Amino acid sequence: MTLTHLLVFAALALVAGGLLPGRARAWLLLVVSVLALYWLQPLTALRYADFLLPTATLALTVLVWAVTQPVPAPPARGPAGAAVVAPPAPANTHQRDTLRTAAVLALLVLAVGLPRYLGPLCCLTPGRPPDLVWVLGAALLVAALALLLNRAPAGRRAWAVGVVLLLVIFLVLKIEPLAQGVSAGLRVAVGQSPGLALAADLRWLGYSYVAFRLIHVLRERALGRLPNVALREFVTYALFFPAFTAGPIDRVERFVKDARAPFKLDGAALLEGGSRITLGVLKKFVLADSLALIAFNAANAGQTHSPLWLWVLVYAYAWRLYLDFSGYTDIALGLGRLVGMRLPENFDRPYTRQNLTLFWNSWHITLAQWFRAYIFNPLTRALRARPLPPAVIILLTQMVVMVLIGLWHGVTWNFVIWGAWHGLGLFIHNRWADFTKPRAAALDGRPRLKLAGQWLGVFLTFHYVALGWVWFVLPTPALALQVLRTLVGLG
Amino acid sequence: MSTPVTTPAPPPTRLIRNVLVKAALLFVAVNLLFAAVNPLPALGRLTLYNSVLPGRLRLPYGESPERSYNLSLYNLNALFGSHAVARPKAADEYRVLLVGDSSVWGYLLPAPQTLAAQLNAAGLVTADGRRLVAYNLGYPILSLTKDLLLLSRLAPYQPDLIVWLVTLESFPADKQLFPPLVQNNAAEVRALIARYQLNLDPHDPRLVDPSWWDRTLIGQRRALADLLRLQLYGFLWAGTGIDQDIPAQYTPRQEDFEPDASFHDLQPPHLTAEDVAFDVLAAGVEAAGPTPILLINEPMFVSAGQNSDIRYNFFYPRWAYDDYRVVLAHTAAARGWPYVDLWDAAANTEFTDSPIHLTPLGESQLAARVGPAILSLAEGAP
Repeated sequence: MTLTHLLVFAALALVAGGLLPGRARAWLLLVVSVLALYWLQPLTALRYADFLLPTATLALTVLVWAVTQPVPAPPARGPAGAAVVAPPAPANTHQRDTLRTAAVLALLVLAVGLPRYLGPLCCLTPGRPPDLVWVLGAALLVAALALLLNRAPAGRRAWAVGVVLLLVIFLVLKIEPLAQGVSAGLRVAVGQSPGLALAADLRWLGYSYVAFRLIHVLRERALGRLPNVALREFVTYALFFPAFTAGPIDRVERFVKDARAPFKLDGAALLEGGSRITLGVLKKFVLADSLALIAFNAANAGQTHSPLWLWVLVYAYAWRLYLDFSGYTDIALGLGRLVGMRLPENFDRPYTRQNLTLFWNSWHITLAQWFRAYIFNPLTRALRARPLPPAVIILLTQMVVMVLIGLWHGVTWNFVIWGAWHGLGLFIHNRWADFTKPRAAALDGRPRLKLAGQWLGVFLTFHYVALGWVWFVLPTPALALQVLRTLVGLG
Repeated sequence: MSTPVTTPAPPPTRLIRNVLVKAALLFVAVNLLFAAVNPLPALGRLTLYNSVLPGRLRLPYGESPERSYNLSLYNLNALFGSHAVARPKAADEYRVLLVGDSSVWGYLLPAPQTLAAQLNAAGLVTADGRRLVAYNLGYPILSLTKDLLLLSRLAPYQPDLIVWLVTLESFPADKQLFPPLVQNNAAEVRALIARYQLNLDPHDPRLVDPSWWDRTLIGQRRALADLLRLQLYGFLWAGTGIDQDIPAQYTPRQEDFEPDASFHDLQPPHLTAEDVAFDVLAAGVEAAGPTPILLINEPMFVSAGQNSDIRYNFFYPRWAYDDYRVVLAHTAAARGWPYVDLWDAAANTEFTDSPIHLTPLGESQLAARVGPAILSLAEGAP
């Protein structure tokens, strides 16, 4: 998201929150979110990817909505064939809304695609959209998914199929040879040379975050906890423009509650939203972008041989990453506030935490909560059913969760090691906390020692996390190991 | 006992209005103040170099900052402030400042392999026991006026000797106001034109005169950002020692030429002092003030390729370069300038991508000739 994007989004948020009544606001949020999907998608060497990938995001969203909503029940018949008057099924109340939303989505796809014929007015996408057949096909696909699939009963395991589909796409995007192969196939389909295919051709903006939201919805549906959500609400939830590219990962029931609540932008909301956006802009565009010039990366890692300056670069990276990511979150929360959405917090001063467990409760909070809900808790329950010592269960669950979080960033060894680094750190802290808990009371009468211990905790936690970023940033474990040796004076 | 009085917080809408009004007023005031005061030269003096960061070994210049950890900017105070020359002079130091073009700056050479670095590596000591410490103040563009601009600012750095390496390609009239560094220091350049009565147009449209809007904070945002970037890249310079993005491969200097005997807008048979900017050369020597200045005609490549009977190289037709050497030698002798003609000091194989850029070996060959010339002058110095 650039400053131009931000200014446009802020202006639209002010219009939506300040001038439009509830229903009109909801429609505007849908329209802006869908258009933002195309506007933010970067250009890649794969022809039409900047149109097709956002359209695929939209289609997946509609597909997941269709398979997770209850099928409208046919009217029950009495013994004489007379219809029994019964309260309408909740889904029925959304039928007209669904029809309208499907039409709007199809029109939006057309509106994005057809300007290819308007010369200078073209285009919202960074490249020219495909020709009419493709655009019409995409629009029909989106509308058909919404209207037809929603009428068919989804199988009991539809949610599992959905999750697998989302994960397969995720793996294709994250595993370079697979991405390259799919890119080659797509290149053939759009008339380009497959020999020039690159994994970077499939740069699918926002897919990870959308996938998290969709898997959350599929899983909640399987657990029977999913509320009835209209298509318009659902698409807005999954693609909500402030949070589309960098989170936070909201929960659908919380989002819908805000969306349905009456809202009028008042001074308090404007102040809160505006302050948050300003803070985010300062963090992201001033501090993080400045630190980015000197932040540790694969190029300068191998060029820096002095431990002192290498530490400076690692610190710069640690703070740049935090300021960049939390700055984006501030902007998302601020924009959300302007339109009446209280998105969940994602960061809470993580580098001031005294241990790694507290760090992960305050760094990318919504991602950690997602993994806690859908991986950690079920896995812990499953392992507890087996005759395993608690320490082993803790080690296994922490390692699995953190390695999966690592793999979410990319399917490479360095991300696996980064995850294991944190999994191991969390386990060690857990054991340490168990060991020191009975002895902690001894420090109550010695406040200075206690304070020193707290500062030491912050220092150690920050440096453990900062050293972890070395695994995260560098492309190969060998280079990361070499840099770590230099950092501790052994290089 | 009185009850503490608490001021109620203003309602949010009033607070927002107050904040916006105050922010707008502050924004306007700061911009007006910035345009009126022009604090950029003063800001250029604020530097982390030579204190937190080591000084740079050559002046900031770079077209790909993200790879070279260096950038081009026009703030002369910032340029010099970031250089190692800005650090205090040691008592036993014989300070030599090298001025010139990209061959002195060291295009395609790491900082430890430039002429200045090779002179330092030679461990030269003057007759009175001072260590010869050379500083690379070359700047990668060919123009005597650019050199003059830098020379006019060297006095504060207490040089014992200035070595000015020149080549004919820096002399033509069309080269004088060409460098962006010159164009964006218009006031200073005009002052030099007036002071030394140079044959240059002070109203040349290439000289950049910022409008009122350009002088505001908003108008100067790029220059301000460059100052910040110069400081930030200093951390990478300190950590890596890299200040230039040197490609693994480059296009070698041209050896074959068209049968063209022209030199800029000049035609054979003869080149005279009036044809090119010898007045700027004289101004440069004068600008050095009481500091002795050693003038050197720098090495150039001599081609043996097609039409090499007409041209020595891509820059020079033979007639122009031969006349230039004669005129330069005569002028130096007539004016009493210490002068060394080192046009052939580097082997022909030691030129890289242009007729004047040298390999490390070429620089060492040049240093082997420049070092004794410096020591010879130093012996005659007080």
